[in-house]
Amino acid sequence: MSQQNITISKGVDWLLIWLYLVLCGIGIMSIFAATYREGDDVIQGFFSLKTDYSRQSLYLLLGIVIGTVILLTDSKFFTATANLFYFFGILLMLLVFPFHSRVKGTESIIKFGAFNLQPAELCKVFVNLALAKYLSRLETNFHNIRSQLIAASIALLPAALSIMQSEMGLALVYFSFFLVMYREGLPSAILIIGFSAIVLVVATLLLDPNVLAIIITAIALVALWLLRKQIKRSRELLFLIVGLWVLCVGIQRFAVPFFFNKVLKPYQVQRVYVLVGKDYQPQNAELSDEDYRKMEEKKRATSYNVKQSKIAIGSGGFHGKGLLNGTQTRYDFVPEQRTDFIFCTVGEGFGFVGSFVLLSLYTFLLFRIVTVAERQRSVFSRCYAYGVASVIFFHVVINMGMTIGLMPVIGIPLPFLSYGGTALITFTILLFILIKLDADRQMVLR
Amino acid sequence: MPVFNQSRQTVIRLIVVAAFLILLVRLFTLQVLSKGYQTQAMDNAVYKKVIYPDRGIIYDRKARPILSNTIIYDLMVTPAEVKNIDTAYLCNLVGIDTAEFHRRIVTAIFKNKSFRPSVFEDLLPPGLQAKLEENIWRFPGFTLVERPIRNYPSNVGAHILGYIGEVDSNILRRSNFYYQLGDYVGRAGLEATYERVLMGQRGTSFLIKDNKNRIQGSFENGIWDTAAIAGRNLKTSLDVDLQQLAEKLMKNKVGAIVAIEPKTGGILAMTSGPDYSPNDLTGPDKQKNYSKLVLDVSGPLLNRAIKGQYPPGSTFKPLGGLVALDEGVITADYGYPCNGAYRACTGLTVKCEHSEPGHAANLRLAMAHSCNSYFSHVFRLSVDNPEYHSTKVGLMKWKNYMNAFGLGHRLEVDLPSEDMGNIPDSTTKNKEFAGRYNSCSMVTLGIGQDRITATPLQLANAMCIIANKGFYYVPHFVEKIEGEKPTDTILNKYRRKHEVLTHVSDAAFESIILGMQDVVESGTAVAARIPGIDICAKTGTAQNRRVLDGRVVELPNNSMFVCFAPREDPKIAIAVVVENAGFGATWAAPIGSLLVEKYLNDTLRPERVKKMEEIAAKDLMPSYLIREQFKADSMRAQDWFKRTNDSNYIKKFLHPGYAGEQKKKQTDPPPANTNRGEKHGVMDDPRKTITMTKKRASRIS
Repeated sequence: MSQQNITISKGVDWLLIWLYLVLCGIGIMSIFAATYREGDDVIQGFFSLKTDYSRQSLYLLLGIVIGTVILLTDSKFFTATANLFYFFGILLMLLVFPFHSRVKGTESIIKFGAFNLQPAELCKVFVNLALAKYLSRLETNFHNIRSQLIAASIALLPAALSIMQSEMGLALVYFSFFLVMYREGLPSAILIIGFSAIVLVVATLLLDPNVLAIIITAIALVALWLLRKQIKRSRELLFLIVGLWVLCVGIQRFAVPFFFNKVLKPYQVQRVYVLVGKDYQPQNAELSDEDYRKMEEKKRATSYNVKQSKIAIGSGGFHGKGLLNGTQTRYDFVPEQRTDFIFCTVGEGFGFVGSFVLLSLYTFLLFRIVTVAERQRSVFSRCYAYGVASVIFFHVVINMGMTIGLMPVIGIPLPFLSYGGTALITFTILLFILIKLDADRQMVLR
Repeated sequence: MPVFNQSRQTVIRLIVVAAFLILLVRLFTLQVLSKGYQTQAMDNAVYKKVIYPDRGIIYDRKARPILSNTIIYDLMVTPAEVKNIDTAYLCNLVGIDTAEFHRRIVTAIFKNKSFRPSVFEDLLPPGLQAKLEENIWRFPGFTLVERPIRNYPSNVGAHILGYIGEVDSNILRRSNFYYQLGDYVGRAGLEATYERVLMGQRGTSFLIKDNKNRIQGSFENGIWDTAAIAGRNLKTSLDVDLQQLAEKLMKNKVGAIVAIEPKTGGILAMTSGPDYSPNDLTGPDKQKNYSKLVLDVSGPLLNRAIKGQYPPGSTFKPLGGLVALDEGVITADYGYPCNGAYRACTGLTVKCEHSEPGHAANLRLAMAHSCNSYFSHVFRLSVDNPEYHSTKVGLMKWKNYMNAFGLGHRLEVDLPSEDMGNIPDSTTKNKEFAGRYNSCSMVTLGIGQDRITATPLQLANAMCIIANKGFYYVPHFVEKIEGEKPTDTILNKYRRKHEVLTHVSDAAFESIILGMQDVVESGTAVAARIPGIDICAKTGTAQNRRVLDGRVVELPNNSMFVCFAPREDPKIAIAVVVENAGFGATWAAPIGSLLVEKYLNDTLRPERVKKMEEIAAKDLMPSYLIREQFKADSMRAQDWFKRTNDSNYIKKFLHPGYAGEQKKKQTDPPPANTNRGEKHGVMDDPRKTITMTKKRASRIS
């Protein structure tokens, strides 16, 4: 082992750090704009820790401290403790079941005094580490189906636990790790199948079942005709296409309705329906009055949320109204506007220009992470880096898509911008571990 | 390393870019392309509060306000803030029961959400408002909010000033949606004619509200706010004292009085009987009172001064005389041997009140004695004027004179819905007589009967023309608009001098004027004499026919009187019409005379005060009104029953002793010395009919 300089800054990718600080700064500014009332004493608010923007600044400070600590840590620490942390994370999640406190309708939060901890958030880091560790093992051959399955279960175990804690949004985030697996050799067929499945499900929701069945049949017939030469040569192709057709229709006819009626809770179904613009009528579901009321409430709340969010963002126009002039975000028209809908402040305040800049910043961040990922020598670091990129990518797309009505309303934060200690610190840790690993990229870790 | 790492990296980058592009496109659509969101955001967050300006005040000629603004209070409630109040106590104060209380709260929540204020009880009477002010601290969630309304300091001029009401869809459309729902607009009288001037300009203040509709402050520091501009005041030519006297004299009578200042055309007083108190149509009982007035068959809302079309009767004679003089068919010395009737038309006799010889030996005497034969003949001479070679042409020429006098067309006074009276001409006569007629067919035109009708305003205006010897200004109320600008063209037509008959010789006018003075000095209107003032007048007793119960009935004559005074430099011209009252000299003349005295002398002599009280106390309401009211009420009750199967209304009519059934038809005004005397028996007074039945109804049910 060569002597390393203990200087923190050697090899550190300063671009990532600057991007991180800029995004956090935008976050604090947006939170400030969303909660500012005329005549508030800004300086006092800043130091009194009663206002959200001051708290967010505190979290940022905390994050920087933790980040510095991480940078001081030896990279080997992470590879060594990856699996440990993973089990620790799973344990935390299991602890939620007996100890959770009801906060905002989710059952996944443990309260520590004034602070809320959501283990599912922290687990993102741990899963990333564990997955990277697993994929970097010399014995792993990712073309092996067994390896693929093990990798998938590592990623999805916390997701399953999350679902049991009725935190659907967070559970979905773990699916982002499939991108990592894709990079490491998961056959792209899986990705394509996954994508098609989503399209099929959405189509089932949007279109009348019979129409969809006819479309699927039509596609199958066209495929049969186009590939008739190949079919003549090998019967298997014919069976494949027919089998696929059966599968699609089966999913469309049976699996999706079953899933939506029996597995998902009504309000979740409602949310999806709100997205596609349809009204949900529960069939043969014996909804109790309580459930029905909650469902109606959620429906109203959801469509109200999205409607207000679209109005807020839409009213920004091309160049926005100015940060403190946002009438929608300043006056509480957009619910959750400091957390999940923080993008509305940017959209309303800075308009299309601002949104474009923010998106570009994220794109730039992600591209940078991918570049950093590719220049890693060790598989562990590379996997981990792609994990960071995927998680951030997933969050950004879903969160921003939610605010403009392209995605169902899933409560996940916008990285670095949304108000929330756990989220900010989780992303900070996620990023800084990457920076540290990258700083030590000359070393080959296992 | 797996084989595809390079391309996979690129694929991942591409996925990122693709996703972000989709987001970007969507953002572009939302933010740049859809304009609707800006408006929606504004709608959400910005509350456009309308600031209503003060409406203009109307003053009389001595700068005393006759129509002003005052504040009345509404009781507002914010249901979300109503906690722990003594409901019973509040209900007791307001005069409702607790069920009604809850109903109102629920309605407020339903209409306006529970955290916004709604009207709980509007237009509080002052007593209630005072009590609530004292106790409002006991009722959290309730507040008193001011509202400006019109008030009438001297309580006169109901028909002139009009009233305001909320806009309806017609008005909204006609104004091209300049008005908004909830605006008040003048609906009658001067309020309507001068709406644009009186209403001022709305202001708007833009306020920011949060998602619970609570006001958070002003939008962009108020740079978009516009200030309200108060309505402009009007100065009229009315004289409040004269108006009050006129209204007092017209109490319990059907008819009208119009008094004009000849030199300017400014109207000094105008009243129509039956009348109502203008304060009735403003304030808390506005709706209730309006319904009562509308259902009253005696028509208190009708302004007879500009809408009553009466045959002028003998008051027409000065005009007829002047026309004849100007045409040259008679001279002032022309006499007619009337022996009690005009028989020169075969098959037709026009009776005259006088039969002694020489009562129509010349124009002045004929006028003083109001000789029907004289003026019938004079009319025939005018239309049969050989110069015109044909009666038809003569009639048209006569009509032109009448139009010059302001009869037969609208004078365009500044009140809405003026009627124009009627002057027959060749066309109408052709139709009436199928082309074959002569001056005898319409001889009664000469004495102001036949089909000629005029409004009291036209009669007064005709007097102005005679008083001025040939010119007039269009009768109007408003002399000046405060802060008048060149764009205020509405008053221009009142400032133009109309020299319609100035070509008629001074001598002709003199004859007529002197004749009219003789009427007062020695003729039919001696009762109207005022020492020290030269009044020129003419009495009229016009026939009054009406269709009642399907038959044409001859009712007591309409008592009419026109005058101007003083003869030299006239300052006032008056027309008085009292329906159903008999001779002109009996009622109309004393009224006119009192008004002249009051205006010119500023005061009434004590014996005149007595006369005034006597006239004011006199009830000359036609007796047929009782029956007409009964018919209208019962038809309405029948209608109601047919629609709702609710017989409450009808029960009133089954109760014995109901006013309409008991009252016998009277053709003369009740003599003054019945035991009912000055007090109006409820049986007689048709206006009491409605309240009467309500009381009876409550006794029945």
